[in-house]
Amino acid sequence: MDFSFSPEQDQLRAQARSFLEKRYPLGRLAEIATSEDGWDRASWPELARLGWTGASIPEAQGGAGLSFVEEAIVFEELGRALYSGPYFSTVALALPALGCAPDLLAKVASGAFTATLASGPAVQARGAGDRWRLRGETDLVADAGSVDAFVVQACGPDGIGLYLAERHNARPHVNVLDTVDATRRLGRVTFEDDDARLLAAPPAAAKIIAGTRRRALTALALEAVGVASQALAIGVEHAKSREQFGRPIGAYQAVSHKLADTYVETELARSLAYWAAWCIAEDDGQAELAASAAKTYAAEGAVAACERAIQVHGGMGFTWDHPLHRYYKRALWIESFDRSGAAHRADIAQVLLGG
Amino acid sequence: MDLRDGPEEAAFRATLRTWLEANVPSGLRGFRGWTGPALALGRDWSKRLAQAGYAGLTWPKEYGGAGRPWRYQALYLEELARAEAPQHLGVIGLGMAGPTIIAHGRADQKTRYLAKILSAEDIWCQGFSEPGSGSDLASVRTRLDLVGDRFVVNGQKVWSSYAHVADRCILLGRSTTASEKHEGLTYLIVDMKSPGVEVRPLRQITGEAEFNEIFFTDVAVPKENLLGEVGGGWRVAMTTLSHERGTFGFALAGALDVAVRKLVALARERAGTDALVRDRVAREWIDLQALRYTNYRALARLERTGVPGPEGSVAKLRWSEANQRLTKLAIEIIGQEAQVAEGDGAPAYWRYQQLRSRGNTIEAGTSEILRNIIAERVLGLPRSR
Repeated sequence: MDFSFSPEQDQLRAQARSFLEKRYPLGRLAEIATSEDGWDRASWPELARLGWTGASIPEAQGGAGLSFVEEAIVFEELGRALYSGPYFSTVALALPALGCAPDLLAKVASGAFTATLASGPAVQARGAGDRWRLRGETDLVADAGSVDAFVVQACGPDGIGLYLAERHNARPHVNVLDTVDATRRLGRVTFEDDDARLLAAPPAAAKIIAGTRRRALTALALEAVGVASQALAIGVEHAKSREQFGRPIGAYQAVSHKLADTYVETELARSLAYWAAWCIAEDDGQAELAASAAKTYAAEGAVAACERAIQVHGGMGFTWDHPLHRYYKRALWIESFDRSGAAHRADIAQVLLGG
Repeated sequence: MDLRDGPEEAAFRATLRTWLEANVPSGLRGFRGWTGPALALGRDWSKRLAQAGYAGLTWPKEYGGAGRPWRYQALYLEELARAEAPQHLGVIGLGMAGPTIIAHGRADQKTRYLAKILSAEDIWCQGFSEPGSGSDLASVRTRLDLVGDRFVVNGQKVWSSYAHVADRCILLGRSTTASEKHEGLTYLIVDMKSPGVEVRPLRQITGEAEFNEIFFTDVAVPKENLLGEVGGGWRVAMTTLSHERGTFGFALAGALDVAVRKLVALARERAGTDALVRDRVAREWIDLQALRYTNYRALARLERTGVPGPEGSVAKLRWSEANQRLTKLAIEIIGQEAQVAEGDGAPAYWRYQQLRSRGNTIEAGTSEILRNIIAERVLGLPRSR
């Protein structure tokens, strides 16, 4: 029994934190969020060079052959830095399906390829020689405007399968929506007989879809922990330096106890997220429960952490210029993903109570 | 990172589980506190634990312990909770007085006291809090006047668990009135059978008496019972309190695990389809997992550094609040039947647990003090006073 990271994993975290702090200081968040793309495209080859895009990809395909635990470390640090590139989309949402195609894995590892998951009940796939044609619309696709390709959950002749549609010549049609979290924009992707390649047919696809959901929930739990940690750090810094009535406001327990609560909840969320990450890496039987528990707890904790930090900042925390709202919006994005906390808890109650 | 038991850990767990099945006396199964008939069985149970090698698991071998890494104490606490069996009656001795004597005691004190702590021959209690000194421990006023070769002790201690059965007490008092705060404090070992020591049980909100007042009137304590230096009591007391937090979280998570299991059974039986109840039960289950895995992280850190991290405060704070919420949910599910105090079924169990839980956010560091500790020592915020 050892619930700690190895020295190599600690080193990965230190490297990630130092790279991201230098590259994305708080002062740059606004510039990136308001840019046309909403992310710093030049960062992707660097993430690949650091070994992050291929962390869990086998060495034969140019990856590091590590596990989800290493990816977990990167997710947490990217959340802390509010990284806006399609790492979550590519590594959490698309990678399990891309695993069916070693050539694509190699491209992800080398940084030459990004993707996201597009799922909608209405996309139809029909065969066209050894290729496929997709038709239909998917909504609320994460990073739709940033990626090179879409892993599409579509209805084929034998049921739900997973297909890959690469973007070229403005196809498929992507409409990026004005998204509250401008650092992770949602989009609508419309397929009109667009060319695709089959990644997984049913029933294998169903297994990949379930695994992808667990990965995504856990990745977001880790991101949420990073977001909450940063919101806490920003709040603590302010409480130490801002003086009222002749004392730093952090000396008042009405302020300090709020921040202490954020610390406690963030540590508990971190424990759940690491547990879920280990379950995913080991394909443990509790992975599904752990992912649900971690995501709902960490997402709600991150939202609360940001809300407390905003309150501690007073009027300043309510302004557009202060970076806190960007963390808050990411926390809200994470909370909204998949299903509400109540729905996850209903699943957990089902396991505990039956009925 | 590996959350599974290693081979040695699995073997330890399996042996202990079998041992508990065979050895927990029927009067202590479903244990809920050292009151009434349970108390009479306590010493014998503790001796049995010691004989089987389960007392002082982490104590160094030279002092009669098993010299095992902390994880075995964690496994032990998990298994005890799983079996709903009580800990050794001498938890104050094993967890606080013993480690303090190992850290600060003289060789003759180690010889005299440590073996009897393990064997449960001596049960210890703690004389720290006073009517005027709760959270502000450094303000204690119990007088320890050095007269010749003995201290003369006068004062009153309060909230002292086990004092009504204890043989010895770790006592924090003031040996000089010259200094108001930490500098005048001195730490003594007091024989509870000494003339002038009077223990009065305090009846709790539950109606039961698990803790006590201790009155000291001209109690003579030999100078050799001094632990540390005259005036050096604060440092010794801090050792005691840091040990209170070692693997404490595992005992708490173990207790919460039992409570969540019983809550799940209760909800299945009485409120299986109520969506609001289902949501709240799921929340408590999630909180339990969060506490459990926070303990594992704390354990890894404790084993690596030898020093308990801030997770101890986190665990105590969250456990106490979770236990209050959970027990209240249980009596809500039961409804008015939980207002009837007689009987020994689920209503009486939860009635007791709910009232008892109100002490959880007060005992062993109030939630307010724990939040101060986190704010000041972990987050580095300025002191609030």
